[in-house]
Amino acid sequence: MTTVALKPATMAQALGRAMRDAMAADPTVHVMGEDVGTLGGVFRVTDGLAKEFGEDRCTDTPLAEAGILGTAVGMAMYGLRPVVEMQFDAFAYPAFEQLISHVARMRNRTRGAMPLPITVRVPYGGGIGGVEHHSDSSEAYYMATPGLHVVTPATVADAYGLLRAAIASDDPVVFLEPKRLYWSKESWNPEEPVPVEPIGRAVVRRPGRSATLITYGPSVPVCLEAAEAACEEGWDLEVVDLRSLVPFDDETVAASVRRTGRAVVVHESGGFGGPGGEIAARVTERCFHHLEAPVLRVAGFDIPYPPPMLERHHLPGVDRILDAVARLQWEAES
Amino acid sequence: MTVMEQRGAYRPTPPPAWQPRTDPAPLLPDARPYRVLGTDAADAVADAHPALLRRLYAQLVCGRRYNTQATALTRQGRLAVYPSSTGQEACEVAAALVLEDHDWLFPSYRDTLAAVARGLDPVQALTLLRGDWHTGYDPHEHRVAPLCTPLATQLPHAVGLAHAARLKGDDVVALAMVGDGGTSEGDFHEALNFAAVWQAPVVFLVQNNGYAISVPLAKQTAAPSLAHKAVGYGMPGRLVDGNDAVALHEVLSAAVRHARAGGGPTLVEAVTYRIDAHTNADDATRYRNDSEVEAWREHDPIALLERELTARGLLDEDGVRAAREDAEAMAADLRERMNQDPALDPMDLFAHVYAEPTPQLLEQQTQLRAELDAEQGVTAEAGAAAHAEGDRR
Repeated sequence: MTTVALKPATMAQALGRAMRDAMAADPTVHVMGEDVGTLGGVFRVTDGLAKEFGEDRCTDTPLAEAGILGTAVGMAMYGLRPVVEMQFDAFAYPAFEQLISHVARMRNRTRGAMPLPITVRVPYGGGIGGVEHHSDSSEAYYMATPGLHVVTPATVADAYGLLRAAIASDDPVVFLEPKRLYWSKESWNPEEPVPVEPIGRAVVRRPGRSATLITYGPSVPVCLEAAEAACEEGWDLEVVDLRSLVPFDDETVAASVRRTGRAVVVHESGGFGGPGGEIAARVTERCFHHLEAPVLRVAGFDIPYPPPMLERHHLPGVDRILDAVARLQWEAES
Repeated sequence: MTVMEQRGAYRPTPPPAWQPRTDPAPLLPDARPYRVLGTDAADAVADAHPALLRRLYAQLVCGRRYNTQATALTRQGRLAVYPSSTGQEACEVAAALVLEDHDWLFPSYRDTLAAVARGLDPVQALTLLRGDWHTGYDPHEHRVAPLCTPLATQLPHAVGLAHAARLKGDDVVALAMVGDGGTSEGDFHEALNFAAVWQAPVVFLVQNNGYAISVPLAKQTAAPSLAHKAVGYGMPGRLVDGNDAVALHEVLSAAVRHARAGGGPTLVEAVTYRIDAHTNADDATRYRNDSEVEAWREHDPIALLERELTARGLLDEDGVRAAREDAEAMAADLRERMNQDPALDPMDLFAHVYAEPTPQLLEQQTQLRAELDAEQGVTAEAGAAAHAEGDRR
């Protein structure tokens, strides 16, 4: 049995490695976006790709998001597999028409004759001290668009596995990268990357018996921290990392809530019209008779994303999560 | 070296001398739309390519009949809507005829005729407008992209496809069609910019038909001409009479050749006129005068070509009759097939959303299946009840 040399790797490195391996394995994979070539991306996620594969495979495009995604559609129509980088969440909005009217619909429009295997990478979420337009949680817009898959990793290993799966998918995937986790490190074997995770499976990150925290992306580490802190209160919290918002893993989520009887959904996105409402409804529909309390939501406030010096008041933190857990009608237990 | 010494050594370098990156002169369009019919230039074309002229004529006659037939089908309720290209047939036909078989056409919703002229079955081309599905054909079969409704959004697709083909080493050219209104959209700008930066083998054909639904060109742009917009992107702009099929064929062919040879994109503005309203649902009398329409009818693309061919002895009464008979046969076939109800399967609604339906879609699919079964059950029950009623009588 050979021992594997584990090295710490960041999520940004794992994402870059996923693209590199996908490009090496499949000559139709093309990376494109603003600053992805010579610079290696503003977060350095595409570092080295242009050098290794040439500028035709990793292309610095003009600065125009609709044009980037629109030309990616044409490239996919001709059999390429574009991986598009949107530089920041809020800079992806100009591309919405292409995404919603074409990327999401082309397979359906053509009765399957013209699928578009496009991966749209979007760094999203706050917590990095970004000024206005650099910290949006835009997942609800994507979730509301039939025809897209929407995934988001919370660990270094998942970042690699999910991105490989997204690039390999014959459907368009919006790949949301929690930018404050870009520099998170894990022991990871870059010589033997983890297998490709199938899209659409949630995972229990921390088993527990008292209540379930349902979360994804940047809020996963926060929920794990909250779960540790909750031990002191006598609560043993389970943390479910959704990984994929579309398709949604009802099975894993419902099984967890049926076991624990209580649930809190946690995300940075605003609560009103946010993913948590959909998730709470799905849990209630499936687990009503197992629930000891209403499903609660801990979300960002329903405000435009705050300036960096105030963002800590906006982002769901450990205390706000524990406050919600405290409101799960524990008195009924005694 | 001390800081002061460094400072002393510092000499600001002069800014690099500014130079124009591209000479704009060769990119500029002609001052007036290029014409062949009725000019001396027609002599050479008529001598060298009589078969092409006859082919263009036959296609124009057929195209006009297709437009009148499709418009009639809307009145009979067989089409949900039809954006007619009556008066613009020369653009539609020329766009299709200048392409090789392996090239790609990117039509807008007004360009079903171009798709048909490229060889697409008219019934398939009209599927979107009949409303039984969004696209009635496999785009790969005739290299015709799906008819595009959101304005100008098909233009970056054409650029991406042409770019991809070039990366693969294929000599494919993409021809993308857009209207005058579409040139105001951001995607028009982005597509032209990307095409020029990438030197993608694309021909952009703008049919300037005077109106974007009701809004005239004067309210759309302050540019000297739409063709002039090309210069800002660093590609040639060409201005051509959009009702002169021969001039269009020449200009578009040259643009296609230029693109195929690696010369990059061209923007062609064809000046034409939308004789009909925007669609059958529009009332053009609210925004334009009959006299304007009549003036353009005098410049009809079919009449222009017919006069030229007749004067040169390339077309006689028999030739005209033959073209019209062919057009009638096409219309009769279209009418007959469009009068049949399309086969609809509601379960198709779920079949192509994803490669594999999500668990959520599977649930909804089951729900619809149950509703359909219940409907059928009700129908069957109603049938049985009616039967029983009949027995009692």
